[in-house]
Formats: sequence, structure tokens, C-alpha cells
Amino acid sequence: MKKNNTWTIISKEFARFFGDRQLFFTTVIMPGLLIYVIYSLMGNGIQKMITEGQDETVCLTVQNMPQSMAPVLNAIDSSLVVVEQPFTDDDIAQLEDKEINAVLLRFPEGFDQLAIPEPGQPVPNVEIYYNSTNNASSRVYHTLSTMLGNYNRPFTVNMPQSEEQRFDQASEESIGAMIWSKMLPMLIIMMLFSGVMAIAPSSIAGEKERGTIATLLVTPMRRNELALGKIISLSGIALLSGISSFIGIALSLPKMVSGEGVDYADLGFHYTTADYFALLLVIFASVLIMASAVSILSALAKDVKNAGTMVTPFMLVVMLAGLLPMFQNGAAESLLVYFIPFYNSIEVMVAVFAHEMQWMPVIVTVASNAVYTGIAVWVLTRMFNSEKVMFSR
Amino acid sequence: MEEILKVEGLSKTFTLSRKQQKIEHTAARRKTAVDNLSFDAYRGEIFGLLGPNGAGKTTTLRMLATLIRPDSGDAWLDGCSVVSDPETVRGKIGFLTSELKLEDFFTPNYLFDFFSRLHGVDEATCAQRKAAMFSRFGIDRFAEVKVANLSTGMKQKLSLVISLVHDPEVIIFDEPTNGLDVLTARTVTDYLQELRAEGKTIILSTHIFSLVERLCDRVGVIIDGRMIACGPLAEVCDGLSIEDRFFEMYKEVKGGEE
Repeated sequence: MKKNNTWTIISKEFARFFGDRQLFFTTVIMPGLLIYVIYSLMGNGIQKMITEGQDETVCLTVQNMPQSMAPVLNAIDSSLVVVEQPFTDDDIAQLEDKEINAVLLRFPEGFDQLAIPEPGQPVPNVEIYYNSTNNASSRVYHTLSTMLGNYNRPFTVNMPQSEEQRFDQASEESIGAMIWSKMLPMLIIMMLFSGVMAIAPSSIAGEKERGTIATLLVTPMRRNELALGKIISLSGIALLSGISSFIGIALSLPKMVSGEGVDYADLGFHYTTADYFALLLVIFASVLIMASAVSILSALAKDVKNAGTMVTPFMLVVMLAGLLPMFQNGAAESLLVYFIPFYNSIEVMVAVFAHEMQWMPVIVTVASNAVYTGIAVWVLTRMFNSEKVMFSR
Repeated sequence: MEEILKVEGLSKTFTLSRKQQKIEHTAARRKTAVDNLSFDAYRGEIFGLLGPNGAGKTTTLRMLATLIRPDSGDAWLDGCSVVSDPETVRGKIGFLTSELKLEDFFTPNYLFDFFSRLHGVDEATCAQRKAAMFSRFGIDRFAEVKVANLSTGMKQKLSLVISLVHDPEVIIFDEPTNGLDVLTARTVTDYLQELRAEGKTIILSTHIFSLVERLCDRVGVIIDGRMIACGPLAEVCDGLSIEDRFFEMYKEVKGGEE
């Protein structure tokens, strides 16, 4: 019986990939590392912007303090020191120069005695001087403006009567799941595709360009073994690249979303073993079909540069498909959707992250992708047999 | 003499691109590269295909190596058809041309093992052959050096060795000494003679008359894709040198045009 050379091709592709430290670093290590560093820096930056100035003491100088407001203003925040005294233009200038951590609040004289004006009549004006580039000053300004904006209203909206009372009936888990289901499928698909893009053009178009594919084609190896070997090895490497990116995202997301030391469960990120299994299956199926499609385009191309040009429009289509969950609520219900290559994987991921996973769409997606990959192997085999495709210049 | 290669009515036509039409100064969209070519080769001989550039030698050898399919005709190598059984044919031949390259990233050691596996050579035989071939061509000292870092001559010797990992019965060489330095060229031609002595059959293409005179037992002269003469060297030369005889034939075919 003739030996199957698929594994020989896979091992050669892996030897090529893992033996090239630079390629390995740029394809597997760098994506995860970069994503972690960038997202963490962004998250820390956002956190810093939000939290900076929260603990700093701010002096609130109030001119013409109304009696009714005094207890309210004094109770705002322990870091707020309320001083009742008039202020001048010099004080405002100091605020402008960031020489003081302060907010200056001026009420009209006799504020408490002012009658509520009729509609259309001028209303009394309360002046709040602050510096928006100073976080502490800006924070106090927003608190004051919100508080004063609600002053003397005939009713309040959604004022909790107790700590337990909630008005939004969505659970924290479902809010988190909604965010994950809109965001993660696109990120996963993009990362997997980037992994395929990093190596597939060089693996097939590169071999054509360098003349090494002809050396393979004069061996007795069957062309379908070559096609399958290429697709499986490319899928494996792309998967590694995707996993690296995924780890980078997983580690940096808490920092991105709400600071360090956050438990994923608090963000609705608690999925079952079945969810993870379905996700893994669909990621495998996606990578296989991506590697197949890019391999075919790469085999059609004359050289690596040409392959890059040919794959770019295809990448845009896949990215667009990845964006679609942003504009929809939950996964598609019709099973027909799960026969559409690429989009089916995205829809399954949406369902998994939204805690709506059902096995039938997963099975249809994996099975249809396996069939499409089989077709792609057949097409690629034909291409390896075609002298026009392999040797045209 | 035992016939090992039989070529019958082999033809191949290519479609020309506009660019190629310009280069060839022709309005024709199709060009016949090989036209109804027939010849035989026997076990233990060196058969040379002699012809000018563009005569169809390389196309013929590529069809024999099953890299391209003939439009019509067929060739049988040790009884296996290049058209209907190309995988078996590929297992029986060693094909070497300057177009076939080795991946720069790998070492001679890795490549020998890799191509041996593709040819189904068992590990023990592979190790034995590798040691012998590497030693014969002085590659053993560079066995763990990446191809990218080898000299041009060493790369060419390695290509030759890799094409023979499976100890094929028929070796097809397209312009075996083209682009080689004098030392490597001599190593190659000496090795071809050794192979013949071992009973291997060598089909080579060349446009170098001295190479034909020194190496070939039988020769086929190709001009414009057609076999003009084919037979033992002395018979084809008919008392003349191969160079003089070739130009006689060339003038006959081309009508004095050179």
C-alpha cells in the first residue's frame, strides 16, 4: 500500500515555521504580546483618566451660599472642603493656571427667596468656575451641575429607595454576554485570519516564486496529499497565532473594561464546558476554511506580493461579516444561515458568547465547513495538477 | 538492448500571451513547442536531445517528468504511461533542471531525509545512501548548513543528489552543465558516466556539442519541435563531427536561415 505523505508535508511546514525564530515570533508571540501590551496600556490609561483626582481634596468656594444648599453641598464628598466666602477674578485666574484644586460656585444673592419664574421669564443663573483639564476640578463640577440641574424639580426619575432596588431588569451577566457576543466574534475571526495571512501566501505562492514547488511536484507524492498537508499545517499555525491573540485579549480585557484585579465572572464571562467545546470546534472549522480559501488564492497568485493583493479584498469581506453581530440582537435562528461559510462561524460564536448556544447550528457549521474544506482540497489538488496555474509567469 | 523509454507522437502546443507574441515577433496565438516527437531509450545508455534554444527539448523533458501533460501522444517509462500513470513514473525517474530549487531555509541533511520520505525510501536505506552521496560530492561537511549559506556549486551538487535520493532507474537532466562552474560541471559529467556504468539510463538535453560527443551513446536532434535525426551518435554524425552534422541538418530544415 502506498504511504500517505500528508504528514510528511505537515512536518516539513512545521519544521519551516518553528525553525524560523523570527517567523515564529512575529506570527505567534508578537500578536498576543502586542495585544496584551496595547490593550493594557489603553485600559490603564483610561482607568487613570477616570480615577485620577478622585482622592484629591478639592476646595469648593461658595459665594452667597443659600441656606437650603449648605447641608447638601457639605455632604457631597469627604474629599470636598466647602468654604463659604466671596471670590474674585484673581481666584478665577488661579483656577485657570491650575494653581489650586478648586471649584468656585456663585449663587445669586437671596437664592432661596427667588420665586420660580414663569415659563419664558429669565431664570436665575448659578455660576460654577472650574478647570476641565484638572480631573479633580472636573469631577466636582459634574457632580455639582447634575445636582443643581435636578434642584427644585417636582419629581425625580429612578431614585433608588434601597440599595437592592434595580430599574434595569437586564442581569449583569446578560449585559456582559451581550458585549462579548458583539465584540469577540469579530476579534477572533480577525486574529485567525491574520494568522492565516501571515503564512499562507509564503507557503504556496512563495514556493511557486522560489521554484521549490516544482521540486515537490516531481516526486511521486499525490497532489491531494500535498494540498491537504498544506491546508492542515497552515490551519495549525494560524490556530496557534489565534490562540496567542486570544490569550492576549483575555489577559488584557479586565484592564480594558474596568481595571486590574477584575473577575471575569463579574463581567458576565462565565461559560460552560459545552460552550468552550462548541467554541473550539467552530474555531477549528473556521481556521480550516480560511486556510483553504487563502491557499487557493495563493496558488492562483504568481508570487507572494500578488497573493497579498488577491487576499486583501477577501479579508475585507470576512471582516465585514465579523462586524455584522454589532448590528444584531443575538444569533440567527434560521439554520440556513449556518451553511454560509465564514458567517456561520461568526453566528455560532455570537450564540456561544450570548449564552444562547444550541448544538444543531454548531453541527451544521462544523459539517458544512468540513465539506467546504474538502471541496477546497479538491480544487487545490486540481490546481497543483494544472501546469497553467503552477508554472505560469 | 532493453528498451526502458518509449516516446510516441508526443506533441505540445502553448497559448502565447500578448507579451510573448511581441517577444516572438508573431501574430499567432498558439505555438507548437513539440510536434509529433518519437524516440526510444535503452537501459544503461546516455541519450542526448540536441537542439538550439527554443527547439522543444525542455518541454519534452518536462512531459517525460510529468510536470506538464502532452496534448497528444504518450511516453512509457519502464512500461508506465506518463499520461495515465504519472505518479508511478515520478517514482521511477530523477529529474533535474535549473528551474527546480531547494528551500533555502533547510539543511542538506533535512532535505535528503524529506525527499527520501516522499519517495518512500526506508530510513536505513536513506541513511546509507545519504552517507555515500554526501561523501561522493563533498556535501558531508555542509550537511547541517542551511542551503541559503551554501556556495552556488554546492547548491547545484545538492540538487543533483536530492534528485537521486530514491536511486531511480532513469535520470532526466535538462542542460546538466548549464550555469555550473568548470569543477562542478566536471563532477556532474563524471557522475553521469558512473551512473551509466551502473546500468542507469540518462536522458539529457543540451546544446553543447562537446558534451554530446563526450557523453552520449545515442542522440536525437530536435529543431522546431520535430525530431530531425535519431540514432547512435556515429550513425547520426555520418562521418562528420556532431557540430558540422547538426548545422547541415539545421540548414536543411531552415533553408539556409541561421
